Amino acid sequence: MPSDGAARPVVAQARHFGDEAARQGAAHMGMWVFLASEVMLFTALFTSYALYRLAYPQVFHQGPHHMDVTLGTLNTYVLVTSSVLVALAIASIRAGRELAAGGLLAGAAVLGVAFLSLKGLEYAHHARDGALPGAHYAYAKFAIPGASLYFTLYWVMTGVHAVHVTVGVGALSVLAFRTLEGRFSAAYHTPLELGGMYWHLVDLVWLFLWPLLYLV
Amino acid sequence: MSLARAEPTMPEEHYLNSERGLWSWLTTQDHKRVGVMFLVAVLLMFLLGGCYALALRLELLTPEETVMGRLAYNRAFTVHGVVMVWLFLIPSIPTAFGNFLLPLMIGARDVAFPRLNLASFYLYVLGAALTLWAMLQGGVDTGWTFYTPYSTATGTDVMPVLLGVFVVGFSTIITGLNFITTVHTMRAPGVGWMRLPLFVWAIYGTSIIQVLATPVLGMVLVLVALERVAGVGLFDPARGGDPLLYQHLFWFYSHPAVYIMILPGMGVISEAVSVFSRKNPFSYRVLVWSTVGIAFVGFLTWGHHMFVSGQSTFGAGAFSVLSMLVAIFTALKIFTWLSTMYRGSIWVCTPFVYVLGFIFLLFFGGMSGVAVAVTSADLHWHDTYFVVAHFHFIMVGASLMAFLGALHYWFPKMFGRRYPEGLGVGTAVLIIFGFIATFLPQFLLGNQGMPRRYADYPEHFQPLHVASTAGASLLGFGFLIVAIYLGWALLHGAAAGRNPWESRGFEWYSASPPPESNFHEPPAFPHGPHDYARPGIEPEVGHAL
Repeated sequence: MPSDGAARPVVAQARHFGDEAARQGAAHMGMWVFLASEVMLFTALFTSYALYRLAYPQVFHQGPHHMDVTLGTLNTYVLVTSSVLVALAIASIRAGRELAAGGLLAGAAVLGVAFLSLKGLEYAHHARDGALPGAHYAYAKFAIPGASLYFTLYWVMTGVHAVHVTVGVGALSVLAFRTLEGRFSAAYHTPLELGGMYWHLVDLVWLFLWPLLYLV
Repeated sequence: MSLARAEPTMPEEHYLNSERGLWSWLTTQDHKRVGVMFLVAVLLMFLLGGCYALALRLELLTPEETVMGRLAYNRAFTVHGVVMVWLFLIPSIPTAFGNFLLPLMIGARDVAFPRLNLASFYLYVLGAALTLWAMLQGGVDTGWTFYTPYSTATGTDVMPVLLGVFVVGFSTIITGLNFITTVHTMRAPGVGWMRLPLFVWAIYGTSIIQVLATPVLGMVLVLVALERVAGVGLFDPARGGDPLLYQHLFWFYSHPAVYIMILPGMGVISEAVSVFSRKNPFSYRVLVWSTVGIAFVGFLTWGHHMFVSGQSTFGAGAFSVLSMLVAIFTALKIFTWLSTMYRGSIWVCTPFVYVLGFIFLLFFGGMSGVAVAVTSADLHWHDTYFVVAHFHFIMVGASLMAFLGALHYWFPKMFGRRYPEGLGVGTAVLIIFGFIATFLPQFLLGNQGMPRRYADYPEHFQPLHVASTAGASLLGFGFLIVAIYLGWALLHGAAAGRNPWESRGFEWYSASPPPESNFHEPPAFPHGPHDYARPGIEPEVGHAL
């Protein structure tokens, strides 16, 4: 995968046949396959959610009332906005505006950090209430059978998502830095597009988690 | 037919000597070197898992304690299972031979992402190290399936093994991702989808399973780990959780994993049958679409592991029928291979003997698979040695035959040397015989009611256990001979020449061993990958370095 260097012709030591466009095609394809495997990772969690929702309909009906819908919704806005910034960054680099692209990526990374901070705040609230997963569940206001499972799924699903956000923030920060360094251009910006694809997936997963855990 | 007509020389510069020193190997991005490193690693794991297998068989020689106590026995079969399944059978053919051959077979200079390819190797090593470290710490007694609630309650050190398998899973996903992308984007001009070598199709199908199924395993391992550390309760009935969910998620990966083990083997056999019968495959398209069919249907069969777990009758019936569908695709392959051999000019050499062994064991193991897919029969055989024998026939017998067949078929390509053919054929026969002697008695044991995973047993089972252990000794002896003559051939074998089998496969177009970067420019393969119909056309090989 070409990850370093600015726009450049195919040089003699290139390991493969074909031109930069072909390598970009391969990189995109690889990313799509990776995203497919990421979807399957979350599918295991969504399946568990579906199973326990069937087993404890009452719990999952009442569960969202014990969530901080304001913080969750705010986080949705934050993440969607960051996704828009990433999309704008890709459009900018395609148009050759490296400075704008770098700035937009940095903005998206900052919003990623904001998301994590809000999530941390929410986690702290739950921890204070004793709404912890499994054996540590001690939330008196919601003590019907199966309630601990709802919070277990909440912690695991949002936790795994938060790990992905953290990785994404790291990737966006590196990409922003390298873009500002001038490593990418209108002719060569494959890593930006790949990072963008990953960030959109992270965003998309949240768009499923948010209604499932906070709204319905 | 003999090997005499092969060109006798070895190329002066090839991938083995283009750069020297350990460091050049550890930092290589050459798919061939990565493939060879994987080959060495999986062989080491096979040796380890095999030693444990022999220890287990030794323990089962007598009804009472023979060489180890019950706790040690539980730990030994866990090591055997974990190492053989996760560290040998699943990665073996794709990582070693897939890595080495796939780019050569499609006329590419390397895989699409060479650095990821190397990373995949290191992830494998890391995962293996974690797993083995846990074994050294005293071992784990959960069995290779880590079934909850036992795996969350046992006092043994399960966490590092869960982590190790999780990391190896990453390696598998990366390898699969790399292969899929390589097949899609790196084919030389003229190598269309219906001109792909059958081995490439098999690896492609396998990769799709790897990419889509492995993450589910990864997630379920994380959940078990969380269950141990934080008591999250998803699989704990005391907290309202459902242990069956673990089994569903686990087998959603682990049943398709059987096809991760067997599909590449089917690809090897498709190649070898054609070469050693000197005939085009009876139907290339049937072999391709049955590969796709197995890869697809394999995802819909996991519930047959849970017939006795309290699954609904309808669910069990549906999974029973879906499981049997796999047999149809497998039968299509077997008929195609046999039809390929029919009226072929058959050359009985070492890889071909393994082909015959593969077809027999796959047929036998497959038919017993249909038998255990019948819900009523499964109630009788569940968790007995019948099932042990069945899955060893498929996962071990057939996969191992394909692995050894691949090793012998491509050894001249990989290392540029020939091994003693007579010894190869004789040992192959010994190994096949040893295998059947080991596992055939286990079908009988299981049918009589001998449960799996027990160190002690009633005395009347002993004769069959003795037969099985005797077979295992033969098998071990056979592997030892293979190791000795292949080791000798590596150093002292005669030069193999470019194409000692006179194969029409694309990988034989380059020199043996192939040069670094395979080809100067995209090669133009003048015929289909298994075109033996017009043997007069010997292609130009000027495009190979």
